[in-house]
Amino acid sequence: MARVILTDSISKAFTAGVSELEIPALNVRQLIRQLDERYPGLGAEVNNGALSVAIDGDIYQDAFLEDLKPNSEVAFLPKIGGG
Amino acid sequence: MSTEKRKFKWVGTRQIRPDGHDKVTGRAKFGSDFSLSGMLHGRVLRSPHAHAAIKSIDTTKAEKLPGVKAVITSKDFKDQSSELKPAGEGMINYRDMTRNVMAREKALYDGHAVAAVAATTVEIADAALDLIKVDYDVLPHVIDVDDAMKDGAPILNDEMAPVGLDVKGPTNIAKYVEFGIGDIAKGFLEADVVLERSYKTEAVHQGYIEPHAVVASVSEDGQAQIWCCTQGQFMVRTFVGQLLGMPTSSIRVTPSEIGGGFGGKTVVYLEPLATLLSKKVGKPVKMIMNREEVFRASGPTSGGSMTYKIGATKDGKITAVEATIKLLAGAFPGAPAGPACMCAVAPYDIPNVHIGGYDVVVNRPKVAAYRAPGAPISAFGAESIVDELAKELGIDPLKLRKLNAAKKGTKAAYGPTFRDIGYEETLELAIGHDHYKAPLGPNQGRGVASGFWFNIGGESSATVNINEDGTAVVISGNPDIGGSRASLALMAAEELGIDYDQVRPIIADTASVGYNFLTGGSRVTFATGLAVVEAAKDAVRQLCERAAKIWEVDADGVIWEDGHAKPASTNVGEFEPLSLASLAAQAPKTGGPICGHNAQNVQGAGPGFATHICDVEVDPETGEVTVLRYTAIQDVGRAIHPSYVEGQIQGGAAQGIGWALNEEYIYNSKGQLDNPGFLDYRIPVASDLPMIDAVMVECPNDRHPYGVRGVGEVPIVPPMAAVANAIENATGVRMTALPMSPPRLLAALDSNNIKEAAE
Repeated sequence: MARVILTDSISKAFTAGVSELEIPALNVRQLIRQLDERYPGLGAEVNNGALSVAIDGDIYQDAFLEDLKPNSEVAFLPKIGGG
Repeated sequence: MSTEKRKFKWVGTRQIRPDGHDKVTGRAKFGSDFSLSGMLHGRVLRSPHAHAAIKSIDTTKAEKLPGVKAVITSKDFKDQSSELKPAGEGMINYRDMTRNVMAREKALYDGHAVAAVAATTVEIADAALDLIKVDYDVLPHVIDVDDAMKDGAPILNDEMAPVGLDVKGPTNIAKYVEFGIGDIAKGFLEADVVLERSYKTEAVHQGYIEPHAVVASVSEDGQAQIWCCTQGQFMVRTFVGQLLGMPTSSIRVTPSEIGGGFGGKTVVYLEPLATLLSKKVGKPVKMIMNREEVFRASGPTSGGSMTYKIGATKDGKITAVEATIKLLAGAFPGAPAGPACMCAVAPYDIPNVHIGGYDVVVNRPKVAAYRAPGAPISAFGAESIVDELAKELGIDPLKLRKLNAAKKGTKAAYGPTFRDIGYEETLELAIGHDHYKAPLGPNQGRGVASGFWFNIGGESSATVNINEDGTAVVISGNPDIGGSRASLALMAAEELGIDYDQVRPIIADTASVGYNFLTGGSRVTFATGLAVVEAAKDAVRQLCERAAKIWEVDADGVIWEDGHAKPASTNVGEFEPLSLASLAAQAPKTGGPICGHNAQNVQGAGPGFATHICDVEVDPETGEVTVLRYTAIQDVGRAIHPSYVEGQIQGGAAQGIGWALNEEYIYNSKGQLDNPGFLDYRIPVASDLPMIDAVMVECPNDRHPYGVRGVGEVPIVPPMAAVANAIENATGVRMTALPMSPPRLLAALDSNNIKEAAE
C-alpha cells in the first residue's frame, strides 16, 4: 500500500481535508487512477502538469510510469521551478 | 548509484571554461551583438500609467513616417483562452502572457507595452513611437501587497477568481495555498516560549547585466528564425508559437551567450513582438531593451509581507511554527507563494507547522523567477524569528538550529520525507569555522542564517559525437549561465577517458538537439549532465562494439578503461588495447560515425541546504552597513568544477546581500518607477563586498553518477536574515523590513535611542 500525502490546499480542494491515505498501487499511473476514482478531479489535477510528485523523498516533475514499492511514500506538491 | 568509491581524473578539477577565452577577449556574441543584413529595428511604446483603460490607439501618423515599416498593437495578436497549461516554469496562462507582452484592454503597470514599431533605424522607430496616440482612461492603482488585499483596493482584473479561497466579488488575490503537518494548536500549548513577528521584503530585480535582446526573421514561407538571449530556447519556441499561432516546426530559436539571467530570462517579452513585426514586413527585426525598460517592464521577484509565530520549549526544541506569507505577483498571477511556504522552515524538523501563502496582483511588472523563487522571502522571516528565539532562550543560534535540524528521515512540512541531506554538516562546519569564533570590534555584529531549495531535474537531451581524430563534441540544449559547459565537458571527458581539452561542448539551437527544458532550478549540471553522461556511455558502448568487430569477439567481451577498449579477460583473447582515437580513425570501416545519444526526463534532484555567517559594522552616525566578512557553507553534492560551484555560491550571496541592504523599487504617487537604472537602484559592486568565503560540503546525491546537486539557488536564501541578524547583534535593533538601507536603519537606530533615553 502506497502512503499518499497531500498538501493542505490539495486536500481541502479534493479530499474534504483528508491529507494522508493509503492506496494499493504498483505504479504512479495506477495510484492516480485510484485517487481519481475515490476523489474525482484529483487525477486530472495531477495529470495536467500542475503538481510534482515526491516518491520516497525524490521529487518527480512528471511522474506517471514510475514503480512504487509496497510501502512507498507518495507526496503531491506544487510543481517546482527555479531561477 | 554509488559515487563514493570512484576515483576521478577530471571531475572535481578546475579547468578553464570552454567559453572563457571568447568572454575575456570580447569575442563572445551576446544577444545584442547579432545582426542580419537588411535588418529593421524595433522599439516599444510603453504605458506611462500604472493602471489605465486603453480606450483607443491611433497609429496612423506613425505608419506614415518615412522609414517606418510596421506597427503592431494587441489587435495583431489573437486572444488566448484563460486556462492554465504546463509550459515553461510551471503552469502558464496564455491569456495573461499575451496581455503582458502587449497590453490589451488595460495598461497594468508603468512600462507595460502598448505598441511596437519596426523601422529602418532606431531613431526613426523612436520618433514613430512619439506619433502613436493612445487614449487612456487613468485608473486608481495599487503597488503594495498589503494595500492590494484591502477592501476597496483598485482591482486589476474584475474577472479573476481566486483559487483556494471562497471570496465573493472582485479581488486582487489570485491564489491561496497552504501546507501543514501535525497539530498547530497542540504545538503551541507544548511551548514554553512563543514569539510572533511581522516582516516585509521589497520586490527586487535579478540585475542581469545584459538587457533582453532579439533578432527575428520570418521568411515568406512562414519559417521563423529567432536569435536571442534566453535561459531556454525551447521555451521561447513554445511561447512564440502559441502567442502567434505558429507550428513549433516553423520556429527555430538559437540562444546567444547570456549575460546573466538568474531566472529573469525564463519568460518572453520582445521575442513575440520582433517575430510578429518581421512576419508583417518580411525583413529581420532586431529589438533591444534599454536598462530603463528592463527595470520598468521585465519581471522582478516578488515582494512579501509575512507574519510568523514560533513556539519552543525552554531547552530549545521548536514545537510549532505558524506563518502567513503574502507575495505580490505584479500585474498577472504567478507569485511563488507555494515555494515560499514550502521552503520557509524546511531546514528544520518541526512536528507542528501551518503556513499559508497568498498570490496577489498589483500594478507592477509581472514577477519572474529569481534564484530559489520565494524562498529568500520566507527565509528572511523564518531565519529572523529563529534568531530571536535563540536570543530569548539564551542558546547559541547555530546550536539551536542544529538541535532542530532536518536530517535523513525528517518529514518536511510540505509532504516528503528527506533522503540523504547535508544540512547538519553545514551547521557543524559553521560552528567549528574560525569565522564564528573571530573577535568583533565596536559597532560590529555577527549573524547566521540557513536556507533550503529543492532543486529540480526535468527533460534533457544530449549527443556526444566522436570525431575522426578521437576528439569529441558534446551537444546539449541549455544556455550556459553558470559554467555548465565546463561541467558537461568534464563529465564527458571522465566517461570517455580522454582529456578535457579534447572535448568541445556546444549549445545547440532548437532544431539541432532534442528537447531540453530551460536552464533554471539549478538543473543543468544535474539533469543535462546526466543526459551527457548517458550519451557518453552510449558512445562508449558503440566504441566497444567496434573493438569487438575488429577483434572478432563478442561485444560483451570488451570493456572500456581509461579511454581504451580492452579485452574483458584473458578468456576473450590477447589484444593490444585500442584507443578512442584509433577506433575513431577506423570508424568508416567498422560501421560509420560514432554518435552517442540520450534523452530523458531526469528525476531525483537532491535538495540543497546552506548556512551563512555574516559580520557587519554599522556606522551609528549614518546607518551605513559594511559587510566585513562573509562565509557561505553549502551542501553541493559533488562539485564537478569547484571554481564554478564557488562562483555560484559567491554570486548568490552577493545578490542576497544587495537585497538585504539596498535594493528596492521606488514608485512615485502616480505609480511610476522613479529609479529605473543602476545609479538609483543600488546593487552591490565589488568594492562593496569582502571576499565571500565559499565552503563546500560534499554530501553526494546518490541519484546522479557523480553525486551532483544543484547549487545555484540556495546561496541567495540565507543572506537577508544573516545580515539582519548581524545588524541586530551589532546594534540591538531588529530590522524587520528590507532593504536595511542607511536612511531606514538610521531611523530605526534613532527611534531606539529615543526609546532607551525615555526608559
